[in-house]
Amino acid sequence: MAALESKSNKIRVDQSTKIFNIVSVLMVLFFVIICVLPFILILSGSFSSESAIAVNGYSFLPQHFTLDAYSVVFTTLGGTIGNAYLVTIYVTLTGTALGLIVTSMSGYVLSRPDFKHRNKAAFFIYFTTLFSGGLIPSYLVNVNVLHLDHSLMAIILPGLMSPFFIFLYRNYVKGIPDSLMESARIDGAGDFRIYWQIVIPLCKPVSATIGLFLALSYWNNWFGYSLYLVADKDKWGLQYLLYRMLSRVTDAVRDSQIIVDQLPTETMKLATAMLVTGPVILFYPFAQRFFVSGLTIGGVKG
Amino acid sequence: MEHTPMVVGTKLKTRKKKWFSDFRAHKTYYFMLIPMVVFFIFFSYLPMFGLYYAFIDYDFSKGLTSPFIGLKNFEFLFHGGMESIIWKITKNTVLYNVAFIILNNFFQIAVAILLKELTYKKFVKTTQTLMFMPYFVSMVIVSSIVYNLFNFDYGVVNGVISFLGFEKFDFYATPQVWPFIIVGIEIWKGLGYGSVIYLASIMGIDESVYEAAYVDGATKWQRILHITLPLLKPTIIVLVLFALGGIMRGQFDLFWNVVGQNGLLLNATDIIDTYVYRSLTVNFSIGLGSAAGLYQSVFGLVLILTVNAIVKKVDKDNALF
Repeated sequence: MAALESKSNKIRVDQSTKIFNIVSVLMVLFFVIICVLPFILILSGSFSSESAIAVNGYSFLPQHFTLDAYSVVFTTLGGTIGNAYLVTIYVTLTGTALGLIVTSMSGYVLSRPDFKHRNKAAFFIYFTTLFSGGLIPSYLVNVNVLHLDHSLMAIILPGLMSPFFIFLYRNYVKGIPDSLMESARIDGAGDFRIYWQIVIPLCKPVSATIGLFLALSYWNNWFGYSLYLVADKDKWGLQYLLYRMLSRVTDAVRDSQIIVDQLPTETMKLATAMLVTGPVILFYPFAQRFFVSGLTIGGVKG
Repeated sequence: MEHTPMVVGTKLKTRKKKWFSDFRAHKTYYFMLIPMVVFFIFFSYLPMFGLYYAFIDYDFSKGLTSPFIGLKNFEFLFHGGMESIIWKITKNTVLYNVAFIILNNFFQIAVAILLKELTYKKFVKTTQTLMFMPYFVSMVIVSSIVYNLFNFDYGVVNGVISFLGFEKFDFYATPQVWPFIIVGIEIWKGLGYGSVIYLASIMGIDESVYEAAYVDGATKWQRILHITLPLLKPTIIVLVLFALGGIMRGQFDLFWNVVGQNGLLLNATDIIDTYVYRSLTVNFSIGLGSAAGLYQSVFGLVLILTVNAIVKKVDKDNALF
């Protein structure tokens, strides 16, 4: 195959292939620009001066380049945003770690041929994707039965597991040669020890995929806060803080000394948006491949 | 299989014994499943019983003991035929989803095919990464982007319009444009992810087929038409069918963040999920919201079962169950 590839590089490129290449490069570039441009809009807006935006509107290049928006955000909202950062980091780390543990345990057990009830258990999980009580009954159970409101557990717990990830993990474990586990068993390892010392180390790729999906969904969560933590300002995560700021900047300002009318509200929103999503944008190029590789390992079936 | 009662009795006993010895031998398995069982009971199965709320006139002080009113909530939702609430939100949910499915797949497949045919590895890798970016940001950020683009006073689009000498256009007061904007956002957000998934599927096609075509002098365009697309067809059909099975489930995150409670736009943008969320957080009409949720769940279940039956006939290996 390698020989063929190098050969095809040498063969002269005919006219139609040339045109095809040019057209497709241009088309792909067009899509890339569409995908990236909006972020540049936010970025340049956050470096513009409020007065310039009031006169000219937003633009793709910073107008009257200034760091005003950021410095105002840090001085007036520094505490709020710092706190929201801590909340989001706490929720993301705890949720991802716990989620990975419970997902991998279930996936491992479901994959074991010597676990008799694996099909019943799989159906118990699978059924929840077919039918659900919906938002309102879930909300009422979380509030009236589990009393999760006013607690960050309302964000962490409901996001821990999803049928999709459990089956993804199960299928990956199924791909591990059974002889490995059998020989461990002959050496005297119990079911849990096999999970802990053989399955977990061998399942790093799929764990990376699931862990990153979990982390992303926790980081980007605003919805849970809007249901359970509306009144608890000190427990707002980053996304929800931004969500509130976008409708009213005052929601985020707690210090009554600050005169809101004098704040550069439009550019402040953009600066906050950059602070909220910055870590994700910096981090995702390195993590991106895990989002795909884990999914293509094994088809997911119920 | 005929058994005398005695034999059945001993069989039951041994089965019980077997179960117990199985439990003893694999205690660990059962313990390891406890978190999963607890999780799904509390977050999935218990709420299913909450669908009872659809049949009561919910009163926050009475909770489950609120008066039972039978199908009154449904009557309210279905009242008025073509003008009814349920018709409006179902129509929106289904039409948006159909547009999403068709256009998402079209663009994702197109980009995947282009990336497959391009041989500049670095270019392909970089563009993939850049197109992936929208997938990673939250809908809150997206809503801020949309506002920056379409807002009346400072929006970029209006900046361009007035620069060209036309009158500014008030997007946030014109419901007709929002289906296009929303579908555009959906395509934009999923393009990178979807095309990479399709590309992985295309890469799974045996390379020797392409080589044979190359030797026979096929152009790139012919390779796409006669190799890639036909071989991709089964994947596309199955993915589209299952997407159709989920047609009753709306993209709540997208609609709520981008349009929110803008009353002017609701006719064009209200889907079942936003209706339910508003019932809970704005109108506090638990009964109506639960009724709409139940309708969505039941209808959705019927759709998935239908789709699965179809897939079973078309391509047995890909059926869900």
